[in-house]
Amino acid sequence: MKGSYQTRIKIQGIISSLIKVFIVFVFVFPFLWMLSISLQSETEINSFPATLIPAVPQFSNYLTAWRAAPFLKYLRNSVVVTGAIIVFQVIIMVPAAYAFAKHDFKGKKLLFGMVLIGFMTPLQVTFIPLYYMFADWGLLKTLWPQILPFLADTFGIFLLRQYFMQIPDELIEAARLDNAGEMKIIFKLMMPMAKAALSTAVLFSFVSNWNSYFWPMVISSVDDIRPLTVGIAALKDTEGMTMWNVIFAGNMFLIGPILIVYLFCSKYIIKAFAYNGVK
Amino acid sequence: MEKKQFKKENPLKRVVAPYLEILPAMAAIMIFVIYPMIRAITMSFYDTSLVNRSKSKFVGLKNFIGMFRSTAFKKAMVNTSIYTLVMVVATLILALLFAVWMGKKETKLNQTAQAVVFLPHVISMVSVAMIFTQMMEPRYGIFNTILSALGLPSSQWMQSSETALKSVLFISLWKNIGYYTLIFIAALQSIPVSILEAAALDKAGELKTFFKITLPMISPQIFFTLIILTIGNFKVFDTIRLTTAGGPNNATTSIVYYIYEQAFVKADLGRACAGAVVLLGVSLVLTLLYFKALSKKVHYQ
Repeated sequence: MKGSYQTRIKIQGIISSLIKVFIVFVFVFPFLWMLSISLQSETEINSFPATLIPAVPQFSNYLTAWRAAPFLKYLRNSVVVTGAIIVFQVIIMVPAAYAFAKHDFKGKKLLFGMVLIGFMTPLQVTFIPLYYMFADWGLLKTLWPQILPFLADTFGIFLLRQYFMQIPDELIEAARLDNAGEMKIIFKLMMPMAKAALSTAVLFSFVSNWNSYFWPMVISSVDDIRPLTVGIAALKDTEGMTMWNVIFAGNMFLIGPILIVYLFCSKYIIKAFAYNGVK
Repeated sequence: MEKKQFKKENPLKRVVAPYLEILPAMAAIMIFVIYPMIRAITMSFYDTSLVNRSKSKFVGLKNFIGMFRSTAFKKAMVNTSIYTLVMVVATLILALLFAVWMGKKETKLNQTAQAVVFLPHVISMVSVAMIFTQMMEPRYGIFNTILSALGLPSSQWMQSSETALKSVLFISLWKNIGYYTLIFIAALQSIPVSILEAAALDKAGELKTFFKITLPMISPQIFFTLIILTIGNFKVFDTIRLTTAGGPNNATTSIVYYIYEQAFVKADLGRACAGAVVLLGVSLVLTLLYFKALSKKVHYQ
């Protein structure tokens, strides 16, 4: 009796593992497929049934893709925009979150309500007036329109505020007795303590801004200010629908770096994303 | 004993300090969110000329009436609702299933599975959409290759109005499932082990334990996820723009796609803003629900 029970458990375990392996396959395959296509010749990509492993890897596709678009420029734009957004967001959100968590002041509820409105209003509601605002300011040929709308990270403010509220007031009082000024309390005392919450906010912001497509597509009418996402998406239009090997080689420039970082830090990244502040 | 020397604190400074601390954030929110939001609302009542925006004309509810009567908007509304409903239900069920299944024990396979399922979340939709567009290509794509190898009839995927929305849904689901799996794994781990052990001692079956204990214990997280999913999916645009471009024959158009098209293709800013106001209303209601639930949860803890 006991033996058959154990075999049943064992078989269940094996089946469960097999299905898990299948799921892993479902989520990994598209990336392997992209790699495979990016190395195939033109005849291979246009034949049925599809080829899994290219007969002769065509590394020249990468060169063709590289020459088809100014990727270095796109990459620079992505780095500058995302980097600037994150630096500004941190400088702006930490004092704001601290004030909302630890100070009492007139109009606090109303002002926090405005942060809430900022949080809930999707860019898809405001993008038309925003576009014309930047046009009026003469900024359409600069990177500023891709940075300015994201200065205040409302999600980050909520997350940090939640964290700061758990820090005892006595700690701040003690720092005041030591003659620490407000700025010192905020950036030297509070910010280091909120490392977990802050890194989650930064990571969220990085992923969403690095990968964002909607607003950069709307606002970057000139090639000079395009980020990688918009540049790669445009590659599909210029190369036509048939040159999938070249398009995928270009696509590799966009996701290759992220794949490499993820390979080494996935554990850390997953932990930060699962953090929700409310415990 | 040494007496601590207090710095003379300026009372005015103490009153002003919090305002100075929130000033940059509030200014950014005012200029780049609230002002454009109000502009979008007012613009929805005007007939705005692209050539000379100062010559805009007040038209009352004309933009809204025209929009609600147009078949393109009705189609967009229906599609967005179907898309959101399917995404919310499918994501919730699959993510819960994955979480229970992959989060139970910290084995090597489980950790790999979690990492791999989450991976698409950090990849841009631009890349994801491209890969799937190629794989779903009716003539040479790997999807139809697999179907024919299994002896199944091939599909037109994104290129037929019958299967286009399903294809888009499949891609979104594949990309988003991992994040919610993580959320649920974290939720499951917050359930006290003692409760589950007590259930095991009572010889409660696994299914019974799940429905009678696990599910009620994580119901707050399920509710939050429900609202976040609804808000997020209602704004669907990137997936559509990068795969089907709303077609074929409006089969995959959405609210945001409609707004975008009215603004940048049809150059009808008034009607585009009317669409934006509808989107704003939906976001507003859902977000208020979310925070109401959040404050309740904090209250009861």
